Amino acid sequence: MTSEYKIKRIISRSRYCANMTATIRILVIMGIVLLLRCCVTYHPYSGQGKPPMFGDYEAQRHWQEITLNLPIKWWYTNTTDNDLQYWGLDYPPLTAYHSLLLGYIANVTNSDFVQLRTSRGYESESHKYFMRLSVLWAESITYLPAMLWFISGLKIQELKAIQLDEKNLFDFRKHDFHLATILIYPGLILIDHGHFQYNCASLGFFVAAVTALLRNRLIFGSFLFVLALNYKQMELYHALPIFFYILGNNVPGRNKTLKSCIITLFCVSLTVLLTFAIIWVPFFQDRETFLNVIFRLFPIARGVFEDKVANVWCAINVIYKLRNALNNAQLAQICGAATLLAVLPSSMNLFFRPLRNKFIISLVNSSLGFFLFSFQVHEKSILLVAIPILLNFHNDPLPCFWFLLISTFSMLPLLINDGLYIAYIAITLLYAISTTWVFPNLCRITTSVELKDECDKKLSVIYVCKNYRQFAVVGLFRLSMLGTVVLSMLCVLVKPPKRYPDLFPLLISVYSCGHFIIFFLYFNYKQFCIGKQYPMEKIKSN
Amino acid sequence: MKMEIVKDYKNDNFHKDEIRKSWFDATLLRIFILATCFKMLLIPTYHSTDFEVHRNWLAITFSLPIKEWYLSNKSQWTLDYPPFFAWFEYFLSQVAVYFDPEMLKIDNLNYTSPNAKLFQRATVMIADIILVYGVIKIGETFCKSRSSYLILSFLSIFNVGLLIVDHIHFQYNGFLLGILLLSITKVAEVDKESSILQGAVWFSMLLNLKHIYIYVAPAYVIWLLRWYCIKGGKFFSRILKLGSIVLIVLILSFGPFVSQLPQVFSRLFPFKRGLVHAYWAANAWALYTGADKFLSVLWKQLGWLQATRTASMTGGLVQEDIFTVLPTPTPIVTFVVTFASMIPALWSLFTKNEAKITPKHFVRCLILCGLSSFMFGWHVHEKAILTAILPLCTLAVVDKQDARVFIILSSAGHTGLLPLLYPTELTPLKLLLSLVYMMLAGIILTHKFHNSLLKKYEWLYVGILPFVTFYESVLHKLIFTDRLPFLPLAFTSMYCAIGVTYCWLLYYYMYLGDRFQNDITMYKKKEENIIKSKKKHYK
Repeated sequence: MTSEYKIKRIISRSRYCANMTATIRILVIMGIVLLLRCCVTYHPYSGQGKPPMFGDYEAQRHWQEITLNLPIKWWYTNTTDNDLQYWGLDYPPLTAYHSLLLGYIANVTNSDFVQLRTSRGYESESHKYFMRLSVLWAESITYLPAMLWFISGLKIQELKAIQLDEKNLFDFRKHDFHLATILIYPGLILIDHGHFQYNCASLGFFVAAVTALLRNRLIFGSFLFVLALNYKQMELYHALPIFFYILGNNVPGRNKTLKSCIITLFCVSLTVLLTFAIIWVPFFQDRETFLNVIFRLFPIARGVFEDKVANVWCAINVIYKLRNALNNAQLAQICGAATLLAVLPSSMNLFFRPLRNKFIISLVNSSLGFFLFSFQVHEKSILLVAIPILLNFHNDPLPCFWFLLISTFSMLPLLINDGLYIAYIAITLLYAISTTWVFPNLCRITTSVELKDECDKKLSVIYVCKNYRQFAVVGLFRLSMLGTVVLSMLCVLVKPPKRYPDLFPLLISVYSCGHFIIFFLYFNYKQFCIGKQYPMEKIKSN
Repeated sequence: MKMEIVKDYKNDNFHKDEIRKSWFDATLLRIFILATCFKMLLIPTYHSTDFEVHRNWLAITFSLPIKEWYLSNKSQWTLDYPPFFAWFEYFLSQVAVYFDPEMLKIDNLNYTSPNAKLFQRATVMIADIILVYGVIKIGETFCKSRSSYLILSFLSIFNVGLLIVDHIHFQYNGFLLGILLLSITKVAEVDKESSILQGAVWFSMLLNLKHIYIYVAPAYVIWLLRWYCIKGGKFFSRILKLGSIVLIVLILSFGPFVSQLPQVFSRLFPFKRGLVHAYWAANAWALYTGADKFLSVLWKQLGWLQATRTASMTGGLVQEDIFTVLPTPTPIVTFVVTFASMIPALWSLFTKNEAKITPKHFVRCLILCGLSSFMFGWHVHEKAILTAILPLCTLAVVDKQDARVFIILSSAGHTGLLPLLYPTELTPLKLLLSLVYMMLAGIILTHKFHNSLLKKYEWLYVGILPFVTFYESVLHKLIFTDRLPFLPLAFTSMYCAIGVTYCWLLYYYMYLGDRFQNDITMYKKKEENIIKSKKKHYK
């Protein structure tokens, strides 16, 4: 009796200990990634000390000023107090509410931060600290927990006996490694904590929505996605796969009855409509207010692209000046058609076979299609592609890793402009080295020298032949990385010729665009491959 | 017989092939690059007046003839490191010309440009290669397995104290500590004469780079005297060799300044400073000053104190303090106390049984000397704790008890460093830095030794440390706004002082009683070996 009790106690204690260490491991990872973000915050932000327009940092501050001092009705309307030409609000209401909340806090901290009109271009050390801290907070309550939730549901094969080997000084499990490498993705850190934006909030809602959908919690998932969509309208890039995944899972006859399908779909649409309605209530007062918001969110007048973006239109523009031949409305129509063509195949494929892995890749394809072909794309929009890629990392490490590095590289001109070059170099190097350290087989070719122990030369020839595809891929990967390194260095070391002052940004965007098109084809191919080997019955049980 | 045993011990422990497969170690390179990435991210952070100090030294060594290096007083930050460091600055300044010649002008006081900052920060990062080299060498000598070797490199290269002091606050401690580790490694190999002499060269060079390391010199003197000079039987020739090495290095260093030695020494040893720094280092004097403060308040309440004798101790830059109740210690007193507190450790090192002595004892004695000087020295800087923490890190991966002391000492010591980063915007950075390092050190070492290292009350003490920092940098302002400005700093340094004092006492206790796990098992093995060999002998 007593011995049984003792054993029980020991078991319970050991379980408790295991949980304790797991919590501490997660705390350590969160600490490290927050530390990394914190280090970046001391670098300059966009438009630091660059009057009269400054940059995105000033835009966010200005929104706090507007939302705090003006009634909701005038937030999106051009008035004497709200000059829309000077960083007018162009994100949906949730961003505006967030700005309002921050505006309140700023007003309590130091009312100079958000004085109407007089605070334009306000800059000080304490204000920078306040703004930086607000992003850190936003990220630690949205994106970080969302990713943790996603990772904790993953089924990753765990090695049975984890020896104390090179990389495993910390007694980390595979989940921990995946979590850590996802959370140190440099693109998001540089844009949010360096350049200054709150992408982490909408992306956090998006990741949480995907996780909820993957766990079959459709209502909660769609609620979260509506939040994401109402934080940044760019989340529309992800809307189609999410719509078709929910719809595809509720087609009667597959694994559900007609009645349950209808009930689920009804609940989901009700949730979506209700959430939308609640968020938009203040803008339904009259037609004009509502339309003003809509025009602000979808600005046709701003042209097909600003600056240099690594998408198809910008690449075509190098050879053929699109904007001279066509006006904005025509361009918008062409863009719309092209985008639809690019996105529909993967969405349809998802609709007919709504598998979990397919869903994630379809999110990649859809957002990448939008990025490459749609109208008014920012270079920062690549983050919308990068996040689903992060979610797909455990399925297909090397291409995802490759994409993530290129996506960070594609934002280099913007980062150089912000004075974030050192941060870019440091954090990209850190990401690349720690990822290849943690996943040593990521981009290594098994050479014949290493094979000597295992088999004789004859076998090794066969092995190399079999693996020549891997050989080619890794070779190409290294070549491509060499290209990014060379271009990154040329950017700062060599002065461009006077005739082409934009030579390097253009080269970077064309180089990245080429990669993105290939990735687009590859991930589409990947998506269509998934599920082919399974007959329909297996999907049902899935 | 005894010599054989020592060799036996060596064979047990020195598996260099296992620790490092070839000269190129990819994992170590990765750790170094990762650390450098973090340091690069810290480039634009706040820097203290030490940045200007070093910039001014660059300017002095670049634009003045050697004779005037120790005479110039254009800036209030006169050259107060020994000559080798001046030479080091001289070489840096030769490169600095290509970055920003403006920073080398002696009249450009308080000059900072992005290029100057980049250059100076980069020199610290590059100089850290010597730290890495020192860590590699000492790891090869003391570590028994590759895992402990990697843990040692990780914990030393990522040492948060160094990150704070060198890469944010701005100083060059990393490479100096690297040289210290290197000299420890060399001196520890008592059997090889050439290596001992090399170690002596390194250490005397270190003394001529920064004379603060003179505090650990007693450990070197005793170790070399007893286990090198006396042991071999060639006492006079050996002591002559050592003496001439030290003398040659001294002549090389001070030779060019021989005509102005008093001037140089007045710069190197400024005794006009107070007992405690503006911010009290977490040592015995912090507790003493705190007690005095407390008593003076008490005395005032009781009406025993004349109103005229109230002194503020936290207000100014560097000033002499007046104690109100307790007797005021003079430099001589602190010197005597420091030396007296070292004597037991030195005596024990001198009189150890020859069969029991290992290089570990020397390192422990050195750590105790460093700690004692930190505890009782005159005008100790809070950074001096690093002299004890880094060598202790080496032993922490070898022995459980050392690991225990390491966790407490590094946590308390590093927390004691945090008030150096006083600007508000550094608050999240310093909190995260100390927290992450504490957790990492705890996780790694607990994982390594497979059970909990600290006692419950020790965990409690360590767990409260982040909250102390939080109070110091955030909470105090919220509660008291501008009142009691001295309280957060005084509280931090006293709380950390308790930890450091505890570590000092605990380590002393374990050292004098030989209460280290590995050593105990080793003696048993040795005894068994002796018995076995005796049995063989009889057969």
